[in-house]
Amino acid sequence: MSTIQDFQTERATWCPGCGDFGVLNAMQKAAVNLGLEPEQVVIVSGIGCSGKMSQHFGGYGLHSLHGRSLPTAQAVKLANRSLTVLAAGGDGDGYGIGMGHFIHAIRRNVDITYVVMDNHIYGLTTGQASPTSDVGSRTKTSPHGSVEEPIVPLQLALAQNCGFVAQGFSGNIKQLTSLIERAILHRGFSLVNVFSPCVTFNKVQTYEFYKRHLVNLDDDPDYNPNDRITALHRVAKAQNIVTGLIYEDPERASFDQTVYGYPDTPIAANNWVLSREDTAEILATFR
Amino acid sequence: MQEIGWKVGGKQGEGIDSTGDIFAIALHRMGYYTFTYRHFMSLIKGGHTNYKIRAANQVLRHHGDFVSVLIAFDQTTIDVNWPEMVDGGVVLYDQSSFQAAAPSDRGVHLFGIPLTELAKGAGGAIMKNMVAIGATAAILQLQPDAFLPVVQDKFAKKGQDVVDSNMRALRAGYAYYAQHYDVSLPAPDLPKKTADHLYISGNQATGFGALAGGCRLLAAYPITPATEIMYWVIEHFPKHGGLVLQAEDEIAAINMAIGANFAGVRAMTSTSGPGFSLMMEALGLAGMSETPVVIVDVQRSGPSTGLPTKTEQSDLQEAVYGTHGEIERIVLTPRTVEECFYYTAEAFNLAERYQCPVIVLTDLYLGMSAQSVDGLPTERVTIERGKLISDDALAQMGRFAYQRYDASLADGVSPRALPGQKNARYVALGNEHNGVGLEVEDQQTRVDQVAKRARKLANFTHESGVSVDGRADAEFALVGFGSTWGVLEEARASLEVHGLIVKHIHFSRVAPFPASALEAALRGVQRALVVELNSTGQLAQLMQQHVNCHGVLANCLKYNGDPMSLKEILTRAHEVFPAGVLN
Ligand SMILES: Cc1ncc(C[n+]2csc(CCOP(=O)(O)OP(=O)(O)O)c2C)c(N)n1
Ligand code: SF4
Repeated sequence: MSTIQDFQTERATWCPGCGDFGVLNAMQKAAVNLGLEPEQVVIVSGIGCSGKMSQHFGGYGLHSLHGRSLPTAQAVKLANRSLTVLAAGGDGDGYGIGMGHFIHAIRRNVDITYVVMDNHIYGLTTGQASPTSDVGSRTKTSPHGSVEEPIVPLQLALAQNCGFVAQGFSGNIKQLTSLIERAILHRGFSLVNVFSPCVTFNKVQTYEFYKRHLVNLDDDPDYNPNDRITALHRVAKAQNIVTGLIYEDPERASFDQTVYGYPDTPIAANNWVLSREDTAEILATFR
Repeated sequence: MQEIGWKVGGKQGEGIDSTGDIFAIALHRMGYYTFTYRHFMSLIKGGHTNYKIRAANQVLRHHGDFVSVLIAFDQTTIDVNWPEMVDGGVVLYDQSSFQAAAPSDRGVHLFGIPLTELAKGAGGAIMKNMVAIGATAAILQLQPDAFLPVVQDKFAKKGQDVVDSNMRALRAGYAYYAQHYDVSLPAPDLPKKTADHLYISGNQATGFGALAGGCRLLAAYPITPATEIMYWVIEHFPKHGGLVLQAEDEIAAINMAIGANFAGVRAMTSTSGPGFSLMMEALGLAGMSETPVVIVDVQRSGPSTGLPTKTEQSDLQEAVYGTHGEIERIVLTPRTVEECFYYTAEAFNLAERYQCPVIVLTDLYLGMSAQSVDGLPTERVTIERGKLISDDALAQMGRFAYQRYDASLADGVSPRALPGQKNARYVALGNEHNGVGLEVEDQQTRVDQVAKRARKLANFTHESGVSVDGRADAEFALVGFGSTWGVLEEARASLEVHGLIVKHIHFSRVAPFPASALEAALRGVQRALVVELNSTGQLAQLMQQHVNCHGVLANCLKYNGDPMSLKEILTRAHEVFPAGVLN
C-alpha cells in the first residue's frame, strides 16, 4: 500500500500560499485513497505554474508543451491502458492555447482525468489576462479592463456532452480529493476545473472571495448530477461560482470501448514482430 | 530497353485514376514492370488531370519523358500533353464527345473512337474508360482476356453483371480499333517472371515499413500527399494490435506520437509541408526530452499551401534545421519504394537507439507513384529497442537513484525507463533539466546536458548515407537526394552512352550529414551537377556547409510542380560539363 510520502518529491517551487499546493495535495491523497502505486500514475502537464505539477507529483511525469498536455496524455493512456493518466494545466494552457484539444478530448473520450488549475490569470508569465478573466479585469495586458467575454469551462464541457464535469476549490482539499477520485474512477474523459488562487497576481479571485461566494452543490440533496440540462442551468444561475460534481453520465462509452480493434492488452506490452505469415499475407496484397 | 508510355487524360472526376489503375495493374500482372505518375489538381471536379503509365521489361524508377499512346477525353488533354507525344504515336480521342485537333507535323496518329457510345452499348457511359483500355490493348496487341483477372478483382464486389459489362466494354473498344485502324505499337517482350513482383507506392511502402518496424500507433491529420499512408495503416494496424488516431490537427498528432513513445509504444505521425511546420515546436520537445518519435514528411510544393498536389523537395532544410534552439535529429531521404519501406522500419530502431526524433523525408512523386518492384527487403527488418533499463537493475538501485538523463555516459545515451516500472519515476520534459529530470537552470547543468545530447549522434554510423553509382574515377558527378535517384540513374546511363563518364552521388540521409562519405565520393570530381526540386539549391548549400566543394558545384533546379524529367537533366548536363567530352 502506498502512502502520501510515496507521491512526494522535492519541495514544490510555487509561491507560498499558491492554490496549486492544495491541488497537488488533493491529487496525492486521491492516489493513495485509490490504492495506486507511484509507478502506475502518469501526470502529463502543460506549461505554466500549474504545469509544474508533473514534477511535484511523485508519479511518472511528462512536462509537455504549452497547451499540449491533452493530446499527449490521451496517447500515453492509449499506449498503455494499465496506467492511470492525468493531464494537468492552467486556464491559459488549457482554455487559451490548448482550447482546440480540450473540445476534441471531450469528443474522443479517452479515459483520462483533466485537472485545470483555474486562477483567472497567466501566472508564470507574470500576470496577463487569461481566457477565464472576467470582463473588466485589469491586468498587465488589459490595463483598461479586459473586454472579452470569459470562457466558462463547465458550460463548454456540458454543451459538448462531456461525461464527467466537476469543479473544486484549492481551499477545500477534502472535497477536491473526492472529486479527483471520482474523476479517475469515471471511465472516459473527466474534467475537474479547480479554482486555484494565484496569490501573487490575482487580487480579485482570492481564497476569501471563494469562501464568501462559492455554492457547494455536493451539499445540495436536491441536485441531480445526472441531468445535463439542469446542470447547465445551475452553473449559469450561480454564474459559475459552484463546486461539486456537476454532471456525470456513467453510461457514456469511452474511446477504448468503442474504437475498432483496440486491444485488451496494453499496446506497450504487445508483441510487435510481424510473423512470416503476416508478412507474406501483406505482400500478397501488392501482387 | 523496350518500353511503352501510355497516358489517359480528362477532367477531374471522369474516372481518370481508376482507368489508369486498372491498366497499370493489368500490365503489372501480365509481368511488365510499370511506373505510374498522377498529375492532378487541388479540386474535386473539372480541371485537367492525367495518369501516366510507363511499362517495360525491367525495373523502372521514373515515369519517363515520352508518351506513345494518349487517351484523350477532351481537347485540353491533347493540347497539354502534345509535347510528350513520340513521333508515330497514337492519340485516341472520344469522337462521341468532341472533334479533336492537333498539329500534323509529327506523324502522330489522331484516331477517333466513339468511346461513350460504345460504352453505352456495353451497359453505361461510365465504362468509356474500359473501351479506351480495350482499344489500347488492340494497339499494343495485348489479348483482352489478359485483363479479366484485374476487372474481376476490381468489380467482383459489385456483382458478376458489372464484371461482365466492363469486359464487354473492353472488348468493344478492342474490336472497334481492330476494325477501323491498322497502326500497332507492339508491347515489349515480357520479362522472365521474377520471384516477387510487387506493385506498390512509396506511401504504401512507408506504411508497411512502419508496421514491420514495430510501429503500433499512428496519429495524423489528413493532408495530400501523405494521407495515403494513413489509409494503408488504418487498414492494417488494428489487425496487429495497433491504433490509428485521426488527430484534430498536426500539433496534436505529433504530441500524441510523443506521448505514446514515452509510454513505450513505437509511434509516428505522417504529414506534408504545412503540417510539418506545425510540428516544429514538438520536434524540439522530442529532442529535449530525448523521447523517440518518427515523423514522415511527404513533401509537396510550398511555401504555405503552395501547389498542394504537386511535388517538390523544398522542406529539406526545415527537416535539418527546423525548430527553435538546437536538437539532434536524424533525417532519412529514401531513394526508392524499397527504401521507403526499409528506412521507415529502421527509423524506429534509430529513434529508440538514439532517443531522438527521426524524420523520413519523401515527396509526392515517390509517395504517390505506384510501381513494380522486385520485392521488399522484409528480411532486413529487425526490432532493436535501444537502451531500456531492466526491472532488475532498478530493483537493485532502489528509489531515487535512477537517472534518466545521466550526463556522465560517454555515448550520451542514458537508459530509458517506461511508465509502470518500479523505482524509475522520472519527468520527461522540454525544460532544461538535471540527471533525474527536474527543471534546473544552473549553467553547468545546462552545458553538461547540451553536451550529453550532442554526444548521442557525434559518432553516428548507420549505413553510409551516400550511394555512388557509376565509375569511381569519373571527373563529373550528378548529385541528388531522395526521389530523384531513378531519373538521375537514367541520366547517368544516357550520358555514358554519349561517351561521358559520370558518377552518380545520391543522399539517402542528410542528418547527421554524411560529410566524410561525401568527401570520399567527391574525390577527383571536377564538376558536380546538383539536381533538386527546389528554387534555392538547398542540398547544394548543405554540401558546401559540410565539405569544401564550392568551386565544383553547379545547380539543376526545378520548382514548377512537375517531377524532374530526363531531358532537363541532360540539357543542363550538356551546359555544365565541359564541351567536347560529349559526342
Ligand atoms: C507556445 C508558447 N507560447 C507562450 C508561452 C509562454 N507561457 C508560458 S506559461 C504561459 C501562461 C500560463 O498561464 P496559465 O496556463 O493560466 O498557467 P498559470 O501559470 O497561471 O498556472 C505562457 C503564455 C509558451 N511557453 N509557449
Ligand atoms: S505566480 Fe501565482 S500561480 Fe504562479 S506560483 Fe505564484 S501564486 Fe501560484
